[in-house]
Parts: sequence; structure tokens; C-alpha cells
Amino acid sequence: MRRRDFINIAAVGFAGVGAVAVVVPLIDQMNPSADVLALASTEVDLSAIQPGQAIKTTFRAQPLFVRHLTDKEIAEADKVDASTLRDPQTLEERTVGGKKQWLVTMGVCTHLGCVPLGAGEGENRGEYGGYFCPCHGSSYDTAARIRKGPAPKNLEVPKFSFTSDTAILVG
Amino acid sequence: MSFPWAEHYAPKHPLMQWVDEKLPLPRLVYNAIGAGYPVPRNLNYFWNFGVLAGVALVIQIVTGVIMAMHYGANDLVAFSTVEQTMRDVNAGWLMRYAHANGASFFFIVVYLHIFRGLFFGSYKAPREMVWLLGLVIFLLMMATAFMGYVLPWGQMSYWGAKVITGLFGAIPVVGEPIQTWLLGGFAPGNASLNRFFSLHFLLPFVIAGVIILHIWALHIPGSSNPTGVEVQGPQDTVPFHPYYTAKDGFGLGVFLICFATMLFFAPNFLGHPDNYIEANPLSTPAHIVPEWYFWPFYAILRAFTVDFFFVPAKLLGVLAMFASILLLFFLPWLDTSPVRSGHYRPVFKKFFIILLIDVAILGYCGGAPAEEPYVMISQIAAAYYFAHFLIVLPLISRFEKPLPLPGSITESVLAKYGKADGEIAAVPAE
Amino acid sequence: MVRIGAFLVGLFFAGWLFVSFLVGAYSYVTEPPAKTVEQAFHLPPKHVAFSFDGPFGKYDKQQLQRGFQVFKEVCSACHSLKFVAFRDLEALGYNEAEVKAIAKQWAIKTPSVDPATGEASTREPVPADYFPKPFANNVAAAAANNNAIPPDLSLMTKARHHGTAYVYSLITGYQNQPAALLKQFPDAKTPEGLHYNPYFANLNLAMAPPLTADGQVTYGDGTKPTVDQMAQDVAAFLTWTAEPKLENRRKAGLATLLFLLIATGLAYMSYQNIWADKKKAA
Repeated sequence: MRRRDFINIAAVGFAGVGAVAVVVPLIDQMNPSADVLALASTEVDLSAIQPGQAIKTTFRAQPLFVRHLTDKEIAEADKVDASTLRDPQTLEERTVGGKKQWLVTMGVCTHLGCVPLGAGEGENRGEYGGYFCPCHGSSYDTAARIRKGPAPKNLEVPKFSFTSDTAILVG
Repeated sequence: MSFPWAEHYAPKHPLMQWVDEKLPLPRLVYNAIGAGYPVPRNLNYFWNFGVLAGVALVIQIVTGVIMAMHYGANDLVAFSTVEQTMRDVNAGWLMRYAHANGASFFFIVVYLHIFRGLFFGSYKAPREMVWLLGLVIFLLMMATAFMGYVLPWGQMSYWGAKVITGLFGAIPVVGEPIQTWLLGGFAPGNASLNRFFSLHFLLPFVIAGVIILHIWALHIPGSSNPTGVEVQGPQDTVPFHPYYTAKDGFGLGVFLICFATMLFFAPNFLGHPDNYIEANPLSTPAHIVPEWYFWPFYAILRAFTVDFFFVPAKLLGVLAMFASILLLFFLPWLDTSPVRSGHYRPVFKKFFIILLIDVAILGYCGGAPAEEPYVMISQIAAAYYFAHFLIVLPLISRFEKPLPLPGSITESVLAKYGKADGEIAAVPAE
Repeated sequence: MVRIGAFLVGLFFAGWLFVSFLVGAYSYVTEPPAKTVEQAFHLPPKHVAFSFDGPFGKYDKQQLQRGFQVFKEVCSACHSLKFVAFRDLEALGYNEAEVKAIAKQWAIKTPSVDPATGEASTREPVPADYFPKPFANNVAAAAANNNAIPPDLSLMTKARHHGTAYVYSLITGYQNQPAALLKQFPDAKTPEGLHYNPYFANLNLAMAPPLTADGQVTYGDGTKPTVDQMAQDVAAFLTWTAEPKLENRRKAGLATLLFLLIATGLAYMSYQNIWADKKKAA
């Protein structure tokens, strides 16, 4: 290779590297901004939620279901042999710190992202008594596991921890 | 289009042949900015600014589209969404500063491009259409820049919008209805902000369209050159690629060094501190000035202080400001000298230098407060500006005796480099 | 035709500008514009050195923390800082827990809604919150401050020419109105309730001197809290609030320039190479 060709190739190559380097911030700017990330955790006060009740709140701008299970609902969930399920998980695995009565899940159907019914008073909880997604008929049980319908996964359990007996920090 | 000796696009790869048959876009590019466009071999660095202006437009569109992703066009949140972009969006400060300084650099290269054209007579036949389309681009740029400056909704944004739309209020009878119509209200407000945002987003693409026409019109006679002598044969030209792509690549590097220095180390130098104060309709800044690139025109606007019988001074100022740009549209017919390049026009050259100084003085006065002695200086400078284009230039072209022109482009190049016979000259083409 | 029209238009504009000039010059000579009191007594900001001066300067985090303390204990009673969030304080060297504690203990609470009644209420700020404003709205701010609304300080150092030096000069620049001023401009006496300060654009400022005595703030790092020191520190802090990305910007700029210098050098060599045979005599 002649020297003049080498310099031309080096110049073009260098320009190419520069162009790629410029693209990085142009893409990165679409990632969540600092103010969005700052709201990436939510505190929930549990003290007012009676057994059998659920509340809807938001976590990372999506619905979050916090449900106080009754003993009967816990028993129903435990009765099922997890290995027979589409997405095998026990209620134990889906709750935190042995507090099986506090079921915390995202309110986002794992099928196509609708908000399932069942957290609000008097809403249809589907044939397994948990949540029911009206979009395409996915039914979740009292541990919010998928039992029937097109959804492939159980309702997602976000990372959370108990900050006291009656409060959790999600995220 | 183009000279008979231009290289012809002949794709070798079957895929490129197939594309060329269905959509000859590569052929178009090849003939426009590739090896298929023969360009005079003696262009100097002033011929870089056209390409640089194109690059500046691309920078503005890319950073502008990104700014729009984070911007809220509403008078309640506009200022804070811009601040949010600067503080919280990843690389948001970079996008904002690049867009704000990019506007200034766009004007810098365009002004150099225009003065290049003025000195080397690029506006003369057969390139009048190139010049006229360039002026259309310039007007569109000014409108775009003005509306863009309103968007951050700072004090200068607000009061700039108020003052500039107020210019239309100077027109008798229909002036005030026009001003209200432009603003969508009686003062700049949410309606104005939204329409300015919409148009500020649209106009750059219109500019891009007119640029295509500008380049198209250029390719019919081909590029002008520093001697102003027309191309006579293949020995006078080189293919655009690789000769001028290489030169433009170097020019682009120098441009980006200047741009990056400003952007990263003095991003607010060309801005005005008052625009970091949120718009307040109840308090006017002590000293309203537009962005620097409007200063010469702003000085002309303010230079009219005396009513002309029944015509108020304000209206005269507005008319003169528009006239100062519109007169450039008549330039190809005002300057009738057959010699293009200022290098061979001794009298023209002197007056051209006076014009440069004059515009610089106008710019300085436009940025200064509306006080004496700045107003008096701008009156003299503005008077010269009009006299230069409308009186002096036609007279010079009638009476001036030009210097002898070189016989051809090649002859002028040889006169410069002929002595370097046999060895590789290390001097760039000037 | 075009040239005759142009000649007439040019003659008109140039001629009338010349007439305007003569009118202006005549009145300039016969009644020269008097100097205003601002022109005569307004001072440019003092010169003061900071760690972030120059193209490679960096913030001194200790100083920013001290400045934040001054803001907290003095300025924040009247001035908002609405574009800065508590979480941003991590850039000053505070850790997450410290930021949380600062937010929790902030004297002004964040407006919220009482979940039981729906009435307006307040809550303790969290790191994600922006600094709460001391006054609910401009009317309240004006009412509490003798009709002068204390401006937001987030961008103050970018909203004034030489902003950092301006803030420092303003805070340390209070003085009695000079006797020479009253002699020259008898009508320009500082009005009741305002304070004379030559670094303020119109010389009379509604804000009372905020830093009046050494030791007004007790610094944790052992720095002696003189008025001058406190003013410098708070000016530095407000420079950070206005331009928090300053260090990122300069770092990125240095890398970019280095890259561009090499790239441009290569481009130049490539350009010379390609043109080499065109420069020779044919």
C-alpha cells in the first residue's frame, strides 16, 4: 500500500470513528432522564388495607396492585401444585419475608400489557379469584399466577422490601 | 447539465447497476457531489462555506428534532422543560448548547458564503438564480431563527417576539390586525408559542428543499471561481470527488474545531443573560437586543428617527430594514460590470472593503443600547449601506476600468505554481 | 429601469438617514444627553477568583457545600431554587442518606394533598422533590417582601453578566449612598425601604444586606465564616445551580477537541496528498 492511500484511509477511518462517537449521545438522550429515574421507587402504606382488599397505586408510572390476602385465599393458592402451572411459582416465592398475606404485583397483564380487573372493589376477579384481564380473557389466581387465557407469565412481582410492619418500599 | 468531459457514472457491481436502473439516486449524487461534477481547479477556501452551511443545517435539524423530544410548547412549562433538558436529560445540555450555538455558526458560515458571493461576483449571469435562491434560504433562516429564539420563553424570547411582531404594527391601517393575527392574541402568549414551535419545526425542511434547488441551479452553469473566468476546457476543472471532498473534509474539521471550542468552553458567550430569566409580560429588560446575527438589520431599523412628512419614522425603519435585504435580490442587475471577480476590479475592491467595515459598524451599533452616539453612527453607516448597493455599485460598474483578466483558469493556476516545477508543492490551493 | 429605480430608492434612504443624522447631531450638540445616575455610579462586578475559572477549572465541592449551607440558612428564607432537586445535591459530595436527611429536615415543606380530606397540605420533601418555594405564589412573595418579589436563584449566575462575580459583588457591595451622588443628583436619594448598592443595575435594591456579620453561619469544615468568605461560597454554589454540568461539559470538550485536532490534521494531509499532482506545473 502506498503512503498516500494509507493517509486517506486513516482520515476517512478517523472521521468514521468520530461519527460513531457522536451517535452515542444522540441515542442516549432517549433513555430515562434523571428526574424520571429519581421517581423509580414508591413507598406504600399498608395499614389501611383490610384482608380481602386491594389497592391500586403506581410504580414507575404503571399500576401496582397491593393485595391483602385472606387466609382462605392463601390456602387456595397454596393448595395448587406449582409444578403443574404455566409459570411455576409458589405463593411463598412470590411474597417477601414470610408475609404471605401481602401480595404485591404489577397491574400489567403479561400478555399485552392491559390492566387486569380485580384490584378495585366489586371488580370481576375471574374464575380463579385473583385478577381477570378483560382484553383477552387471561385469568390469574389468588397468587396472581396465570391460570387460563393467553398470558404467558404470572403478574410480575417487583423488587420490594418492608420498611416497617405496615409499609413497603417498592423499587 | 455539466460539462461534456464530466465522468460518467458506470456502476460495476450488478447490484448497483440494478439500483441505477430502478432509481438512479446514486447517479444523481455522483453527478451532484461526486466524480461526475467537474469543478474549477482554482477554488480557494472561501468556496468551503457552502458545504459547511449544509453541515450546519444538518446539525440544527438533528439537535432540533432532539430538543423537540424534550420540549413542551406551552407558556406554562416551556422555560422549565428547556431547563429540565439541560439538567436531567442524558446529554441534554450538549443538545441544547449545540442547537443554540449551531444557529450562530450557521449564520457565520452563511454570512461568509454571502460575502464570498458579493466579492467574487457569484451573483452575475449565468448564476442569478443561484443567488436568488440563496437569498430565499437566507430569509427562511432568519424567520426560523427568530421563531426558534422565542421557544425557550425567556425574557428576550418574549420581548423579542413582542418587538419584532410590533414591526408589523407600523404598517398603516392593517398593521395592528396583522400583529394580532401573527401572535394569536394581543401580546405573545401560548398561541404564539405553539405556532412558532410548529413553524420552527417545519421551516428547516423547507430550507432543505430550497437548498436542493440552489444546488440544482448551481449545477447548470457549474461553480464560479476566484478569477471569474469561465471554464474553457477539461484542463480547467477537477472532479468534485476526491479533490473537493478532501478539501471540504479539511474545512469541516476546522469548522468543527471552532464550533466545539465555543460549544464546550463558552456556550453562553453569544447568548444574552436575560434569556435565563423566565418570560415576564410585566417587566421589560433594560436593553432588548436580538441575537447577534440580526444586529446590522436592527441598527438599520432604529436608525430612522425623523418622520418623513406623513410617513412615521417607525414605518420608515421597518421599510428600510426589509429593503436592506430585498435590495440584494436586484443585485445581479445593479452591478453590470462584465468582470466577476473583485480581484480584477480595483475600485470595486476598495468599496467592498468599506462595505465590510460598514456592516461591522452596523452590527456593533445594533447590539449597543439605543443611545447616542450609537444612533448617529448607525445613521451614517446605514446611509452608506443603501448608497453602496443602490448608487455606488451601478456607478462603479459603469465607469471602472478593470485589470486584465487571465486567459484561463489554468493560466492563473500556473502563474501561481509554475515555479514549483518538478517538485510537489506543499502549498494548499489558494 | 431597475438601476434608475434603485438610484432613487437609494437616494431617498441614504438622504433621509443623513437628514436624521443631522437632526440627531444638532440636538446632541445643542443639548448633550445628561449622564444618568446609573451611568455615573453603577460599578461593574468586582474581580474575584474561583476554582472553576478558566477553561479547565473544576468546582471545589467543599466550597459548594459551604455555599449550600449559606443558601440554606440565609437565602432560602425568601428565595426559591425551583430547578434544583434535593437529589442533585449528591453532586456536591453528599451521599444518599445525607441527601435524604437534608430533604427531610428542610424548613419549608413540599405542598401536597391530605389523602383523607383532599385539602391542601404539606409533607416532608424527599430527594426526588425540587426545593420547595418559600412563598406559595408571587402575590404572597410580594406581600411578604415590601412588594419586591425575591427572584428564583437557580439560574441567577447565568441571568446576569459575569454572574458569579455579580452575586459576590452584590452581597458584599452594600454601602451608604455616597455624598457625591446626592450632590450631583439631589433627586436620586435612595427611597425608604430600599438599599443603596452600586453593583445593582438601578443602584437601589429592595433586598436588605443578607450577610451582615462574620460568623453568621457556622461552617463544619473549619473555614472562617467571614462575610467575604460566605459571599464567595454562596456565589460558587449558585454557579453550580445554574450550570451543574460544567465539569462534564469541559471534560467532553477537551476530548472532542483533541479528537478533532488529530482528525483535522489527518484531513489536511489527505487533502495535500490528493491535490499533490494538481499543484505541479502541467
